[in-house]
Amino acid sequence: MKSSVIVFPGSNCDRDIAVALEKLQFKNSMIWHKENVLPKSDLIVVPGGFSYGDYLRSGAIAAKSNILNEVIKAGERGSLILGICNGFQILIECGLLKGALLRNSGLKFISKNIFIKIQSNKNKFFNKYKKNEILELNIAHNEGNFFTDKKHLDELEDNDLIPIKYCDKEGNINPKTNPNGSLNNIAGIFNKNKNILGMMPHPERMADKTCSNEDGLPLFLSLMN
Amino acid sequence: MKFAVTVTLKKDVLDPQGKVVSQTLKNMGMNNLSQVRQGKFFEIDLKEKDSSKAHNQVKEMCEKLLVNQIIEDFKISKTE
Repeated sequence: MKSSVIVFPGSNCDRDIAVALEKLQFKNSMIWHKENVLPKSDLIVVPGGFSYGDYLRSGAIAAKSNILNEVIKAGERGSLILGICNGFQILIECGLLKGALLRNSGLKFISKNIFIKIQSNKNKFFNKYKKNEILELNIAHNEGNFFTDKKHLDELEDNDLIPIKYCDKEGNINPKTNPNGSLNNIAGIFNKNKNILGMMPHPERMADKTCSNEDGLPLFLSLMN
Repeated sequence: MKFAVTVTLKKDVLDPQGKVVSQTLKNMGMNNLSQVRQGKFFEIDLKEKDSSKAHNQVKEMCEKLLVNQIIEDFKISKTE
């Protein structure tokens, strides 16, 4: 499978995701944001980091970069797109996903391991996980507090577009197990066609036993399935 | 031609920074306070001489980049 990782000034998870993809034999290309051409890719990853120093709003400037026009076109054609952390913020700012990521309710940057529960595995991104499986992943963000209007929330819930929610080790989903104030503990969302996923936790940081667990690895295996 | 744009979070969006500022002001003894909402301010200088055209251009800037209309409201006023 071919993948492309988009790189902006301020991206800092681009190498991590490339290592995870290459470990699974993806043929990966790193694509600088000024490029106007995107190589044919089965998967496009918009990685985490602090593109443009989070100026204006997180992801707002990156969403207007040259390459994003191509990413938008590819997304509309049905290519698989994964936005992680700042990548999720960029996908929202460019309109591929709806909603907004507000500042964490506790006003603090949060960098820690959290738990998420798989809500749905009938999609290209989570099919190697079991429904209700609990994963331990890392989050590292200041603006991860997902918010949207009632109409969009209903659309997400009615169409199985919320694949992951924050929980505790036992899988309890409630305000106490919500790290950042995200609406209904939402940790990630799909677009209508489920070919575009935005998520705040970092699966690429949990893809090698030498530095973590491997709870993120099945996500990449799912994409190959 | 200069314009001032203020951007604030919509009424039903939680503004934790505004809340903290409000609480701090109350702690300082300013008890008359009912609420503080924190926002952003842009000063935009345009070369356009026609004020209605200029206003429309600033509005377009707000809609396309400066403001996330899902969570934010904006106000434009001409300053010079």
